[in-house]
Amino acid sequence: MTLELQTWVDIAAYFGGATAMGLGAIGAAIGEGFTASQANIAISRSPERSGEILRSMLVGQAIAESASIFSLVVAMILLFSRIDAVSYITVLAVLGAGLSMGFGAIGSGVGSGFPAGAACIGLERQPGMSSRITTNMLIGSAVCQTPSIFAMVTAFILIFMDFSNSPVNPTWAAVLGAGLAAGVSAIGSGIGGGVVAQNSVEGISRRPSAMRSVTNVMLLGQAITQTPAILGLLVGFLLIFMEFPATDQVAPAMALLGAGLCMGIGAIGPGIGEGIASSGGVKWIARNESLTGTITRTMLVGMAVAESTAIYAMVIALVLIFVV
Amino acid sequence: MAIEGADIIKAASLLGAGLAMGLGAIGPGVGEGMAAAKACEAIGRNPKEAGLLTRTMLVGQAVSESTGIYSLVIALLLLFVVG
Repeated sequence: MTLELQTWVDIAAYFGGATAMGLGAIGAAIGEGFTASQANIAISRSPERSGEILRSMLVGQAIAESASIFSLVVAMILLFSRIDAVSYITVLAVLGAGLSMGFGAIGSGVGSGFPAGAACIGLERQPGMSSRITTNMLIGSAVCQTPSIFAMVTAFILIFMDFSNSPVNPTWAAVLGAGLAAGVSAIGSGIGGGVVAQNSVEGISRRPSAMRSVTNVMLLGQAITQTPAILGLLVGFLLIFMEFPATDQVAPAMALLGAGLCMGIGAIGPGIGEGIASSGGVKWIARNESLTGTITRTMLVGMAVAESTAIYAMVIALVLIFVV
Repeated sequence: MAIEGADIIKAASLLGAGLAMGLGAIGPGVGEGMAAAKACEAIGRNPKEAGLLTRTMLVGQAVSESTGIYSLVIALLLLFVVG
């Protein structure tokens, strides 16, 4: 059966919107559930402080929710805004947009739940330090949302960019690969950033005097943990904005799709690993602030080694885009 | 468009190269991160041995890296040598 182009675009838009919301709901729900579980443990230890702990839980859950709100916005746009069918590339572009936002929201949602849970436990342990604990939680959680913002930006570009001047083959694979690169790469960095923030909040609740060092190292660790998602965004932008020559073979298209998959999936592990590494760093700096320099050095060396496989994935992706 | 056999083979090997390196980067990333976290803990417990602990961490991370290198080799073979 032959369908009109506009029909295909509508099919892809609805499927993309469904995927964006379906996948985007996963992470935030898991993260918020973790926060609620920690809040209950804290309240069971100190029932008289339940009001304060509940407030902290709700604030933290609201930040974790934002990733899935981004997904809801992208899904609504895909469902209800009339996307003009300019070429077959648009079909894959809107599908890629949905996948980008859907995958991108998973990591940030889960990750933002961790510091919120640690804040609930920490408030119970040190009620006098609630402002420091809450501040650290808010900073850590907010940084944790950046990978999902990268994914949302990529989704918007894919939906609204005009691809009418590009050849259908292989640009169809480039836009799909771009969505996968930006979206899947955000999973690891989101979870990793959350683990760092969780241990930073816990460390400050155990030793509030170490707040300055711990916050500095937390921000340093979170910044480096974001780099795999930034690499994914870079490969995504290359795939979207580069002009690829027209061809009637399948191989160049598969090269571009492979580049997107390679960078996307390849960023998961290093993102999580660097988050675990810097979480160990902030935890022990909180216990012994005088060791900040030594521990930070080892932490950075370890994180650099963990980054290496993300670099390999980026090299393979760039070879697939430029050389093959 | 008429699709030829050689074209599909090349397409499959390129897509496979991407998947090989992509999936292969997951494990070493998580494992090396765990090694670095515990190295920080070990230094926190015994700061005088920082040099020895960092060296041990690097040796352990290098072994963990090995499967990532295998994936890189296979990806490069698929890109340039095979098909």
